Amino acid sequence: MYRIRFHGRGGQGMKTASRILGTAFFRAGFEVQDAPRYGAERRGAPVFAYVRADRAPIFERGVILRPDLVLVADDTIVPVPGAGVLAGLDGHSILVIASDTPEDVWRSRLKIPARIVVIPLPEGEDAAERRHVGVRLAAAAARLTGVLGLGDVKGAVEEELKRLGPEATAENLNNAEVAWQWAVPHEGLVSERPAMSVADYERPQWVDLHAEDTARSAPIIRGEATSVEVRTGLWRVYRPVISHDHCVKCGLCMAYCPDGAITPNAQGFPEVDLEHCKGCMICVAQCPVHAIAAVSEADAREKETQPSLAGQGEKA
Amino acid sequence: MNRVLITGNGAAAWGARLAATDYVPAFPITPQTEIIETLSDWIARGEMTARMVTLESEHSMLTAAGAAAATGVRVFTATSSQGLLYGMEMVYTVAGWRAPFVLVNVSRGLSAPITLEPDHNDVLAARDSGFLQIHAATCQEVLDSILIAYRLAEDSEVRLPALVNLDGFYLSFTREPVEIPEAHLVREFLPAFDPETLRFRANAPESQAVAVLGGGPYSYFRYEVHLAQGRALAAFDRATEEFQAAFGRAYAPFEAYRTEDAEILFVMMGSFATKAKAAVDALREAGTKVGLVRPRLLRPFPVTALRGHLAGKRAVAVIDQNLSMGKGGILHAEIADALYGAADAPPILASFIGGLGGRDIAPEEFYEIARITREAADSGETPPPRLLYTAAELREMRKLQTIAEAEHHMAKEAGKS
Repeated sequence: MYRIRFHGRGGQGMKTASRILGTAFFRAGFEVQDAPRYGAERRGAPVFAYVRADRAPIFERGVILRPDLVLVADDTIVPVPGAGVLAGLDGHSILVIASDTPEDVWRSRLKIPARIVVIPLPEGEDAAERRHVGVRLAAAAARLTGVLGLGDVKGAVEEELKRLGPEATAENLNNAEVAWQWAVPHEGLVSERPAMSVADYERPQWVDLHAEDTARSAPIIRGEATSVEVRTGLWRVYRPVISHDHCVKCGLCMAYCPDGAITPNAQGFPEVDLEHCKGCMICVAQCPVHAIAAVSEADAREKETQPSLAGQGEKA
Repeated sequence: MNRVLITGNGAAAWGARLAATDYVPAFPITPQTEIIETLSDWIARGEMTARMVTLESEHSMLTAAGAAAATGVRVFTATSSQGLLYGMEMVYTVAGWRAPFVLVNVSRGLSAPITLEPDHNDVLAARDSGFLQIHAATCQEVLDSILIAYRLAEDSEVRLPALVNLDGFYLSFTREPVEIPEAHLVREFLPAFDPETLRFRANAPESQAVAVLGGGPYSYFRYEVHLAQGRALAAFDRATEEFQAAFGRAYAPFEAYRTEDAEILFVMMGSFATKAKAAVDALREAGTKVGLVRPRLLRPFPVTALRGHLAGKRAVAVIDQNLSMGKGGILHAEIADALYGAADAPPILASFIGGLGGRDIAPEEFYEIARITREAADSGETPPPRLLYTAAELREMRKLQTIAEAEHHMAKEAGKS
């Protein structure tokens, strides 16, 4: 059985990459299982997806603990412990990293028994979005196994991406071909791990749990006002801007703000805490004298960064 | 043959589509799944003819499902974890109405604390509701079980709602090869719902009501649900026989994997049981005679058949992916009850709790369970119940507790100043 993991960030197409590889295996007659894995994450959080492929029905399930191949779309997550990129890698495993950093640097940095191969980032690839890496990794993985053909991969790309339209499909067929060619010298590098023998299995170190003090054993953290640390201002699309020419200091906006993000300044004018204002615009609706305007966040930020207009100089 | 890679959620949607469902009431927000999203997409594109209505809660969703089923249309709906619990009042109520429809639950561990991954305490909370309950272990089984569930629910001898369960992530988000049956063959296996007395016509309005009754009549109606569940066992055999004839896949009330000459058996439910099958294969290769029994039907529980199948085994290890606090594994208790008093019941019935909140069960843990259970059979002493929890996991837990305690300490210090 082939066991392959893809690691990247939410939005970089790791689920799609796993599906392209899964479909390529399936088209070649393999039994397949593929799945993404994430928590309550958003774009940018580390995520991974995995593919199992075998000639017999697959009974194994869940996260792949001992991978034959791990492919990383975003090299910045390799050192993040929570991302689990290096989990279970041993002398049998191959690690493919999409990166501009050379292989020997990765080898000395990581010092792991797995063989490391670097696949160059596509030219002009946006470092955050990495829109093209996923498909390239899927195609590279296919060739690294040595048991799939380019036709399997291209068929899989068409099948999985047809919902995106012909232009995106054509672009990614090209991505797949580029990666397929890149992988020529590595064809067949990845092999199936021999089955673990029951005879020499490592016994699990199970422990007995005991009833502990409730203050310790209840899933409750009693900490400081931690919600202050959550910068909900990042959610904002519109920003309330208060005109001092019209404000009558009635305080209604402060009373209605559901987040307590408006407080009076020294002169008694309401002031918005932009780190926490979510941009709900309830204050705009409540202001009896229409002294609060809803300004698009993009416009407001642009003004802030234009020193001549805002008169505030460069901000850190 | 149309064999495709689809997720458990996709398979569930295909089940509802092939069953030619008329009405899909749905709560559209978290914890709802892609099942409803997929159906709404098909309905919007005209690929499926059904009416979808979004409701403001699972409670209303199940009320709508029960009410619609009581008018004689074919109803499908789906939920998960907290959503099933939110609708629990109506889960019990619509079963009391004898309203036949199919509800899919995507299992996820319950709050608190919060997890996104599966265990079976959510679906087991509906165990005593009167719903028929089928547990799937593969994406194929999700689709097939929905078709079979309609046959059971609508059977005039049964007339009860049916719940089909699949595990979150391990099936719901996992693609596997699934054979999608031909629609015309499904139509033969599952013809249009003949509701007989369950009907509503706008030109002949009538009302249906449930009366407030004392203990005597109440006992009668509740026990009738219990007896109808009993009749569902035969209905299940009839339906699965026809299903096998039409589609070639056999579904007994429980799956028995390599049990014939087995000395010890694993017993478990849901998708984690396929991991147990992998372990059975490996253990067999190493010479251990072990097998797996996986109940598909939890309600009605196939007591007699299970008792017969477990008879004569040296030992049984029940692995529960659930926990009844203050008691232990629920499936373990069900099996113990089924075996009590049987002349050749296995002398050892060991209990293991594993996979809570999606916690993985490693191959070596199955091997260890087999070793412990075989030793118990040799010594004649049943081992104490065991939570599958490693020293490494406890170390991680201690780290989290240290952070929480540091937070608490800092807050207290800040409060002093």
